[in-house]
Amino acid sequence: MTDLTQIQVRERIEQRLASRHRKEKLFRGLGIASIAFGVLAVLVLFTDIISKGNGAFVQTAVKLEVTYDPAVLGIDEVDEESLTWANFTGVVREALRERFPDVSGRSEKRELYSLVSTGAPFTLRDRLHANPELLGKTETIWFAADDDVDTFVKSLDDSAEGFRGRTSDQMAAWVQSLKDSGELKKRFNTTFFTNGDSREPEQAGIRAALVGSLLTLLVTLALSFPIGVAAAIYLEEYAPKNRWTDLIEVNINNLAAVPSIVFGLLGLAIFINFFELPRSAPLVGGLVLTLMTLPTIIISSRAALKSVPPSIREAAMGMGASRMQVVLHHVLPLAMPGMLTGAIIGMAQALGETAPLLMIGMVAFIVDVPSGITDPATVLPVQIFLWADSPERAFVERTSAAIMVLLSFLIVMNASAVLLRKKLERRW
Amino acid sequence: MQTPTLFALLLLLVLIAYGTGFSRAAAAARGRGGMRKLAALPSYYGTHTALWCGLPALLLLAVWLVFDEPIIRALIMNGVADMPETIAGRDLLYAQIQNQAAGNLFGEATPQVAAAAERLTHLRSGAQILQTALVLILSVGLGAFAMLRFSPQLRAREKVEKVFRIILLGCASAAILTTVGILLSVLFESLRFFQSVPVTEFLFGLQWSPQMALRADQVGSSGAFGAVPLFTGTLMVSAIAMFVAVPVGLMSAIYLAEYAGKRVRAVAKPVLEVLAGVPTVVYGFFAALTVAPFVREAAAAVGLQASSESALAAGLVMGVMIIPFVSSLSDDVINAVPQSLRDGALGLGSTQSETIRKVVIPAALPGIVGGVLLAVSRAIGETMIVVMAAGLAANLTANPLESVTTVTVQIVTLLVGDQEFDSPKTLAAFALGLMLFLSTLVLNFIALHVVKKYREQYD
Repeated sequence: MTDLTQIQVRERIEQRLASRHRKEKLFRGLGIASIAFGVLAVLVLFTDIISKGNGAFVQTAVKLEVTYDPAVLGIDEVDEESLTWANFTGVVREALRERFPDVSGRSEKRELYSLVSTGAPFTLRDRLHANPELLGKTETIWFAADDDVDTFVKSLDDSAEGFRGRTSDQMAAWVQSLKDSGELKKRFNTTFFTNGDSREPEQAGIRAALVGSLLTLLVTLALSFPIGVAAAIYLEEYAPKNRWTDLIEVNINNLAAVPSIVFGLLGLAIFINFFELPRSAPLVGGLVLTLMTLPTIIISSRAALKSVPPSIREAAMGMGASRMQVVLHHVLPLAMPGMLTGAIIGMAQALGETAPLLMIGMVAFIVDVPSGITDPATVLPVQIFLWADSPERAFVERTSAAIMVLLSFLIVMNASAVLLRKKLERRW
Repeated sequence: MQTPTLFALLLLLVLIAYGTGFSRAAAAARGRGGMRKLAALPSYYGTHTALWCGLPALLLLAVWLVFDEPIIRALIMNGVADMPETIAGRDLLYAQIQNQAAGNLFGEATPQVAAAAERLTHLRSGAQILQTALVLILSVGLGAFAMLRFSPQLRAREKVEKVFRIILLGCASAAILTTVGILLSVLFESLRFFQSVPVTEFLFGLQWSPQMALRADQVGSSGAFGAVPLFTGTLMVSAIAMFVAVPVGLMSAIYLAEYAGKRVRAVAKPVLEVLAGVPTVVYGFFAALTVAPFVREAAAAVGLQASSESALAAGLVMGVMIIPFVSSLSDDVINAVPQSLRDGALGLGSTQSETIRKVVIPAALPGIVGGVLLAVSRAIGETMIVVMAAGLAANLTANPLESVTTVTVQIVTLLVGDQEFDSPKTLAAFALGLMLFLSTLVLNFIALHVVKKYREQYD
């Protein structure tokens, strides 16, 4: 009797055991699937951006024979004044007409002229400005192609038809003939790194945005690092346990989780409307980002201070050092690597931030490279946002390329933070 | 003197003050036979003098820089005979006066503007001279005062340390100032908004179309400020995001904490954290150009109509963004569960997944809930993804394939670009900001409280 029940029990347990083990496997599988999903998301994101963006680093160029004909230019000699109003557009058009002599009719000519970038006359002006002796002579120049042509030429690699867009059959035929005769090439797109923003994709570059980001980050670092470290020192080394300190603690933790756009509203209402600081300036951007990154820097600096063992403080105090001397001479130097790591991570966060800067007017269309912290400027993430909104297809690859630049900066910053931590971290 | 020059001069004075204080103390020490006859090291005497010389003057300069423009403006505008009625009109008039004074006004200025501009030039140069004089007198005077009070018995170190301590406290209080600043800036503008639009209409109205009529006789843009469609839109996008982020984040945290070997952990954790480091504008671009078309095609494949700016696309990408946030917070709390609980459960014969589901997760639940609440607050406040991938039209809908708009999207669209600052349209953005700030504040507060309570439980 008892034997029978024991066997029954055993059978039951074994049956249940199988299903329990199945559940175990399922649970484990779910965990692996989750991780795989995360890793897959990273891979898809990066391959998507890179595949879209790597086209922007090459640019289609068209070879043309240009003659600096004084009659077309309408000038007799080369000086500052004549260069400003000389008709370089005419020279470019002349060169295009010479290359394709059988083009007639207004609309056809207009299509012909739109083969090269509208920036071509400026290229010529710069050439002539640098070499005045070229006047009246002929030379061969590679001009940047118009963005539609550029997109078309690049898409020819993927399919025989290519992406037409605004490129007409006529233009496609011209491009084909240029390509066959070797008067069309792809070259490294230096414009992308040397120019500011432009409405024309082939002339648009990230230099102005990069300089703007740099200036904004400098302001942020100069303000947030000292203030953050000072606040951390106060809270870790001095603060008595009272209401005010508790309030500060609650505020720091809360500010770390306040949406970034709210900081933008603060910047707009206080720095721009109340203090009347200039709009779109790296100064204001830096101030807003300082407020935003302060909690990060304070929290990481406190962690760094906490990791310095109390025995160091006690030893210094035992030698008669004052509280300030203990902190400045002993604790701070030991905590510095950790604080620097935190600062770098905070700066990386600030570099990628967009929303608060939209609020303070850094979305303006700015072509010039800013030369100071009160000049109008834009930053790299905002430039990405602006380009992402542009209808031209060529801006898609430029946006992705700008993202690649931004991401590589972030990777370098985060990697250096990790290296710094590994190299300088001390275990007690 | 221009402010930067004045600043440089002040710096020079401070250096001189430090040098004088230092050498004076060193000389006194030599005269008395050794450093120990002084109450502090010479460097502290130097710093003491430098602080007297520099700090008050610097504070004065800062206060001056903040308040001189508004005061000059008030003085000028008081003298203007026929003052425009509106704020915008007054701003315009003052801008004209400023341009006239700077000499960039094209065309003929009215006599009133010309006279005011002349007074402005006078006032400005006068203010500049006064500023320079006051700052320099204060700096040199107090520096000299400190030198006069010098004696070897002066406890310079204590005094210097006290000042530094106050500076440290000031820096720590910056966090409180920021919160107060946020509250004040959104509160004041919101109150102005609620004067023209009743609070109840804003909170419970079902229509949102913030276009205001520019002229009285204009048709069709009376402006409706019912924010319910924005709230539902925000909630929908956040809910979709949490639907992705919570299971994936939690399960990866569990796997990493309980199952994964050292090597898997060393690789998978940083890879997941890469997702947290990607700027939101990049996610926005990805959502708008890759995920949204994909969602539309996928919906079309099963015979559904999806908007090209669907809530689903924005929510999915936002969820991916939040995964590392959920997983690292959960990882922390799961690791904080004492090993003895696991050992007990395993010892009773439960499988590992049963231990996790029946023991570890319930024990870590408060911390996980706190982490999820923080993630929700993050999803609500996320801006760039929804600005780029969700729509502008305020649809009151429960269909995730339709386009919805969110609070943050509306704040951005209302405030980007040049707008009048006193129209309900721009002020509405601040009212939305207030809502956003308050709701995230409550969420953060609860979450931080829960997490703190939980930590205390096992400490």
